[in-house]
Amino acid sequence: MNGGNRMLSKVVKEKLVAIVSKENFDDAKTERLVYSYDSTPNLQSMPDAVVSPRNTKEVSEIVKVCNQYKVPIVPRGSGTNLCGGTCPTEGGVVILFKYMNKILDLDEENLTITVQPGVILVDVANAASAKGLFYPPDPGSMKIATIGGTINENAGGLRGLKYGVTRDYVIGLEVVMPNGDIIKTGGKLAKDVAGYDLTRLMVGSEGTLGIITEAILKLIPMPETKKTMLALYQDLEAAAKTVSKIIANKIIPITLEFLDQPTIRVVEDYSKIGLPTDAKAVLLIEQDGSPEVVDRDIEKIIEVCKEEGAVSVQVASTDEEALALAAARRTALSALARLKPTTVLEDATVPRSELAKMVRAINEIADKYKLQICTFGHAGDGNLHPTCPTDSRNHEEMERVEMAFAEIFEKAVELGGTITGEHGVGVMKAPYLELKLGKEGIAVMKAIKQALDPNNIMNPGKVFAKEDRKRVVVTK
Amino acid sequence: MTTVKEKEIIQEQFKERMNEDDLLNCMRCGFCLPACPTYIESGYKESHSPRGRIALMKGVVDGLIEPDEDFERSLNLCLGCVACETVCPSGVKYGHMLEEARDIVSQNKKYSLPTRIVRKTVFEGLFPHPNRMKNVTGLIGFYQRSGLQSIARKIGFLGILPEHLALMEKVLPEVATMKEMKNRPVHVEPIGKQTHRVAFFSGCLMDSMFMKTNDATIKLLQLAGCEIVIPEDQTCCGALHGHYGEKGGSKDLAKRNIQAFEDLNVDFIITNAGGCGAFLLGYDHILKDDPVWSERAKKFTEKIQDVSEILVSVNFHKRVKLELSSQIITYQDSCHLRNVMKTASAPRLLLQSIKGAEYVEMKDADRCCGSAGIYNIIESEMSMKMLDYKMVQAKDTQAATIVTANPGCLLQMKVGIEKEGLSKKMRGIHIVDLLLEAVKK
Repeated sequence: MNGGNRMLSKVVKEKLVAIVSKENFDDAKTERLVYSYDSTPNLQSMPDAVVSPRNTKEVSEIVKVCNQYKVPIVPRGSGTNLCGGTCPTEGGVVILFKYMNKILDLDEENLTITVQPGVILVDVANAASAKGLFYPPDPGSMKIATIGGTINENAGGLRGLKYGVTRDYVIGLEVVMPNGDIIKTGGKLAKDVAGYDLTRLMVGSEGTLGIITEAILKLIPMPETKKTMLALYQDLEAAAKTVSKIIANKIIPITLEFLDQPTIRVVEDYSKIGLPTDAKAVLLIEQDGSPEVVDRDIEKIIEVCKEEGAVSVQVASTDEEALALAAARRTALSALARLKPTTVLEDATVPRSELAKMVRAINEIADKYKLQICTFGHAGDGNLHPTCPTDSRNHEEMERVEMAFAEIFEKAVELGGTITGEHGVGVMKAPYLELKLGKEGIAVMKAIKQALDPNNIMNPGKVFAKEDRKRVVVTK
Repeated sequence: MTTVKEKEIIQEQFKERMNEDDLLNCMRCGFCLPACPTYIESGYKESHSPRGRIALMKGVVDGLIEPDEDFERSLNLCLGCVACETVCPSGVKYGHMLEEARDIVSQNKKYSLPTRIVRKTVFEGLFPHPNRMKNVTGLIGFYQRSGLQSIARKIGFLGILPEHLALMEKVLPEVATMKEMKNRPVHVEPIGKQTHRVAFFSGCLMDSMFMKTNDATIKLLQLAGCEIVIPEDQTCCGALHGHYGEKGGSKDLAKRNIQAFEDLNVDFIITNAGGCGAFLLGYDHILKDDPVWSERAKKFTEKIQDVSEILVSVNFHKRVKLELSSQIITYQDSCHLRNVMKTASAPRLLLQSIKGAEYVEMKDADRCCGSAGIYNIIESEMSMKMLDYKMVQAKDTQAATIVTANPGCLLQMKVGIEKEGLSKKMRGIHIVDLLLEAVKK
């Protein structure tokens, strides 16, 4: 536990209270404690205060005060990220968006929705679907996460293969810069090449370059129908080959999810849904679109699965059946989370052609370090979730977890992949960023950060590693 | 106020008594947030969410914070509806942690004199004694029948009560007479071919203030072919004690009930109040460290079943013709029936089987109505916010009848109906009363 136990100076506190009013400033110990963490295992650090601005102007004024007095700022949505992105590791002020949570406009002519950062993602999706429109990004935290959080982390989800990720839907932003300036990027525009693409710079910047106070999101027409199927394999290669071959057949399914044998066993043990525990891999495949296209694609996919030696292929004919087929994937996290008190869930990602190699490497690394690591994830994206149930009180085991994941990241990069596909860098993966980018790449990023935020007040301690920092921070 | 000394003792107790595994099991994923009514109604305050409360408990154990007033406020504002448990991927036992934490605080804190007197009267003097419960309820009956009620209403005496209490007074059911209450059967034969031999847990409040609902329950069980045993020495389930930091008292009551039911040779122990049923179901947890009682508690809990479950399992809705006049009916879940006893589809299935009536599902029917034991009395502001939300959804269904499966929820729904001035168009009723009405027709 480090972070802010300094308390804000009297003058900073007074200025912040003057901006947001007394009831929206809190530095009571309990209120600070409940914003000292996010969903990242084993990471906690107290902020010095928590403020809830009511509009962009107030955000700008807060930032000006913090910039003047060099007080760290951590913008926070619902705190569901897994990289420590919203943990105030250097104390400072946590900014909440509970007032800035309105959908401002749904434009059916331009197919856009304009939102404030505090809107919950599922509410954006529901508002769109009420008009027959579709906002595809669907991270596991969809019902909880705010749109601001998903933009800052550039969240992915199960539909990434066909529909892309958050970045592909953000077309305009309003951002409060570290000096308090308010800028607008992009717009309700399909095309816009006016200068650097600041929108994309901000998406996934993890709150280190500015505070997003408004976003214009692109919507697409809602697909007419969807079909779900499940294929079981006795051979990991066969499953991986199926994935590549479906895509080589010029079919892009909406979902192409994968569970390895350790995951299948844990899921079956927990939910008794009748998965054969001797199966080496399960693929959950979904396709959406117009009925003719969906039927044609699913038929072709069945054919591919069979050609590649799937031992069983089931297609759901009703919504209930679809739900039942998806049950294994849906309960994977619950089943794993219940095994041990601590759950370390990562997101190493490789080109999809390297899927089988990566899964096998993860299993070997797990054996080497005598750990249980179960892998499931978005096979179509090569985005895997190696998950290790462990116990943070067992320091010796946590060391091994540490080393195992370091090797997993190295292997992913070696295969042409990345250390994080969708969770972000934050604190947890900062020590590995150089693996992916090299010294030169990091230098470019640092130059951008330095130019925009010379006082390093915006979510300091994230993205860029301090020397020797261990990935898993064991605090007493 | 909690004194410095008290805080130290509470902190020590947290370290000793809070289960470390349970605290660590929360992986802070936040899945509980959208399920938590107080998180939503407080304007998304993390300190009023399950994840926040667990972090605070852990913070006290770790010595990061003191168990101060803010901490207690966070614990007190929780409804205990445990909707969070149903969405938790890690299976965190939030309800048990909350009960332990509240027990530690209340047992080590000196309350003000009036609070102490009220707590002692309620938890020691009243609920554990079925006859005293009947006497108090009898007084209410006397108040209602003697003309006192109409006098009190006429002279505006009730105007001095806060709005929600005045409404509560208005909606209390017409209670049975003392004679009726003391004249309870202990054994009832089935009607038609026997399906089961069951015991009936009559409850303290249910068997006094809501006695007619108990009668209806027995009647339905008879029609379902059940032979019913109603042991005389049963007592209050102890839920109020458990939820409000009187664990010791709830253990004593648990033992008395286990003893009263264990040699009856029955298939099930039937309840008709979600709050009681859920607490009975937790007897094995509260007695888990007791070498003499833990096994006996386990056997007891295995037999607990809500009345709607047994009715569905013996096909009551197919065997008996159910019909009502044309009306829309809707159902408000009892949180403990749904989230702890896992009974959600049986009551809906029964209601959907009533001919003539149209069942319309209410939006967020599984969200707490704000009754939550005595929460609506001690945390009335939050409770009324939740009730207001509930009534918007209820009105949306255009229902003439709101059905519940727990006395607290029923009273709360009736308060809501009064509050909205809908008493001419809408009524609140316990599911067994409605089913019996449908049978009679």
